[in-house]
Amino acid sequence: MITVYEKTKGLTDKPTHYCPGCTHGIIHRIVGEVLAEMDILEDTIGVASVGCSVLSYEYFNCDMTQAAHGRAPAVATGIKRVLPDRFVFTYQGDGDLASIGMSEVIHAAARGEKITVIFVNNAIYGMTGGQMAPTTLIGQKTVTSPEGRNPNIQGMPIRISEMISTLDGAAYIERVSTHDVPHIAKVKKAIRKAFETQKKGIGFSLIEVLSTCPTNWGIDPIESLEWMKNNMIPAYPLGVYKNIGERE
Amino acid sequence: MVKVLMKGNEVIAEAAVHAGCKYFFGYPITPQSELVAYMAKRLPEVGGLFLQAESEIAAINMVYGAAGTGVRVMTSSSSPGFSLKQEGISFLVGSELPAVICNIVRGGPGLGNIQPAQSDYFQVTKGGGHGDYHIPVLAPASLQEIVDLTQDAFDIADRYRTPVIIMGDGMLGQMMEPVEFYEAKPKEVPKKDWATTGTRGDGGPKIITSLELNAESLEKHNHHLQAKFKQIKENEVRFEAYETEDADYILVAFGTVARIAMNAIRKARQEGIKVGLIRPISLWPFPEKPFIDTRDKVKSYITVEMSAGQMIEDVRLAVNGHAPVDFFGRTGGVVPTQEEIYHKIISVAGGVEV
Amino acid sequence: MTMLEEIIIAGFGGQGVMSMGQLLAYAGMFEDKHVSWLPSYGPEQRGGTANCAVVISHDLIGSPLVSRASTAMVLNNPSFEKFEPMVKAGGLLIVDTSLVTLDSTRDDITIIKINATELAIELGNKRIANMILIGAFLEQSKILGMESIMESLKKVLSPEKHHLLEVNHKALLKGTVLVQKQVGFTG
Repeated sequence: MITVYEKTKGLTDKPTHYCPGCTHGIIHRIVGEVLAEMDILEDTIGVASVGCSVLSYEYFNCDMTQAAHGRAPAVATGIKRVLPDRFVFTYQGDGDLASIGMSEVIHAAARGEKITVIFVNNAIYGMTGGQMAPTTLIGQKTVTSPEGRNPNIQGMPIRISEMISTLDGAAYIERVSTHDVPHIAKVKKAIRKAFETQKKGIGFSLIEVLSTCPTNWGIDPIESLEWMKNNMIPAYPLGVYKNIGERE
Repeated sequence: MVKVLMKGNEVIAEAAVHAGCKYFFGYPITPQSELVAYMAKRLPEVGGLFLQAESEIAAINMVYGAAGTGVRVMTSSSSPGFSLKQEGISFLVGSELPAVICNIVRGGPGLGNIQPAQSDYFQVTKGGGHGDYHIPVLAPASLQEIVDLTQDAFDIADRYRTPVIIMGDGMLGQMMEPVEFYEAKPKEVPKKDWATTGTRGDGGPKIITSLELNAESLEKHNHHLQAKFKQIKENEVRFEAYETEDADYILVAFGTVARIAMNAIRKARQEGIKVGLIRPISLWPFPEKPFIDTRDKVKSYITVEMSAGQMIEDVRLAVNGHAPVDFFGRTGGVVPTQEEIYHKIISVAGGVEV
Repeated sequence: MTMLEEIIIAGFGGQGVMSMGQLLAYAGMFEDKHVSWLPSYGPEQRGGTANCAVVISHDLIGSPLVSRASTAMVLNNPSFEKFEPMVKAGGLLIVDTSLVTLDSTRDDITIIKINATELAIELGNKRIANMILIGAFLEQSKILGMESIMESLKKVLSPEKHHLLEVNHKALLKGTVLVQKQVGFTG
């Protein structure tokens, strides 16, 4: 019998707790695959954040540390500065990274910390039950913007990839999406590129992955992928925002 | 060894380097900024790393990351900045990571001022952050004692997998005294096989976390922590008892205030008043023994603090109603003078003003 | 009788009062005495008075904070106002009259008045004024030796400034001579 598909060595056997239709599973698998394919699992320390992915330390098959809400890039900085020859990544959602942890991610990028940030943007707080995120779209209803996000009340969404790419320490910044198979293939390419950037010691890398939250968006998984494609991508255009390695 | 004249803040830094600390993450704040600057210059000389963080919050979390790799790491701050570190400190406790955190206390609350104070006593000894925990707190009174206690702080941190706090005040940080550094005999500390350095060569993935969603499991973890705190209480109590044998009155003071109190005691002794001093060196665990030994013999204790009265609560618990506990304190950055303390002794002793 | 000398040196920031204190502390350390040096570091050091407290003792030092001084050296009027009353009876007040215009009415302390800036200019270097004051203190108090002060100067001055050691020595001697001749004495 020929094996044509199997579980990646990059993930543990632990079943994930993610809701049906959530794309965290896809993104986890891709990160795991990249670490396994690059043969760096044994040299990697991952940093889990607070939010839906808080338990990601149980899923990635490498050494893991769990950080306080928003502080993963600071924790990763501490690890990487002590162990510069190891691979260090954070896995953070939009509440963790773009709200409470904005300062830490900006300064880690500005310092050019040679870490990789996997930033999962689904425009909502999942773990706490569907509250507004910094990346919630204009008009999008959440439990803390029940009438839809109103710029006059809740302000405008934040575009992280664009913002981080303005920093000189940022080496590779790309926004990708999980809404269909060709784009999922691009997610993998981007994450691979980010870890390659870290390997070459070029600087800070961040991959923003657009993701769904069927549970808190209140629509089914298939519709969620559609909604993401039609609403999130126009607000958060895909593409490479920074690639210092390429430029040189 | 040669004596050198150094500032307290610099002594803490150099002592940490002697204790094998090669990593420091900090943020400038008066009156401890010399410590940060000293580390910035000194650590590269020993092949270590200094990084100025964007905030105290980032600094303590960098410490968390570095501590997780198993190295000796430190941060320092002063009161407002120390408050910002509380979240990270609670995480260090929960995740059982060793680190040394220095608080050079200044006047509060709020922005307060930059003058010496001891008003963070509650915060350092009663937990400070969220959750059921205590942290060992060492309070040196002299610069030479800083050298010893900084070494101890790192050893305690490693031995019990806990953050340890060194608490001083602006006066201790800013003053100069001759100190002698020495190469301490390396203490036996447990191997850090829990450190997340990558799994190469050491088996399955290791996890550092303070999260435990199952209540029974978290309770079990808390029982484990409490057992550890009990062990620390049994093994790590430090204090100095000065002329308490025959004392009718015992002053209780820590850090620099104990030194000022010492002058008042000398003067009172010259006047024939039998006064002694209990100086807690470990603020947590609080030394109960010297109180148990003296509480049925003394007429009164007088707690002297650079605060409105915080340690006095621990003194009362230790005295447990066996003797009166009086108080003298100055707060807001005002340092009590030896004359004030002396007058307090006289008034408690019911003596005539001399 | 064991020695306990509690010294306050005060002036404007930039007048070198902190270094004067450190110099004494170093000298005490070289003589194996117990010493402490405590600076004022509060907001008053910007603009108002800067001061430091130096304690030199045969015994372990209790308080590094000086609330009643055995010696005060004051270099400006605000310092004079603040510290002249804090000198213990029988203590010593050294006044640099270059900037201090106030006069003490106390008769229970020794007061030495020196126009240090003027004398320093006569010696050819305005910046050694403080050393004249230190010299006077050494001679009057007899608690530290000239050799130890010179040793300390080597420590306080960076090596590229060691050519200034000689002129500093001259200034110290000037101060001692003033005291020997009882110039500027009151009280």
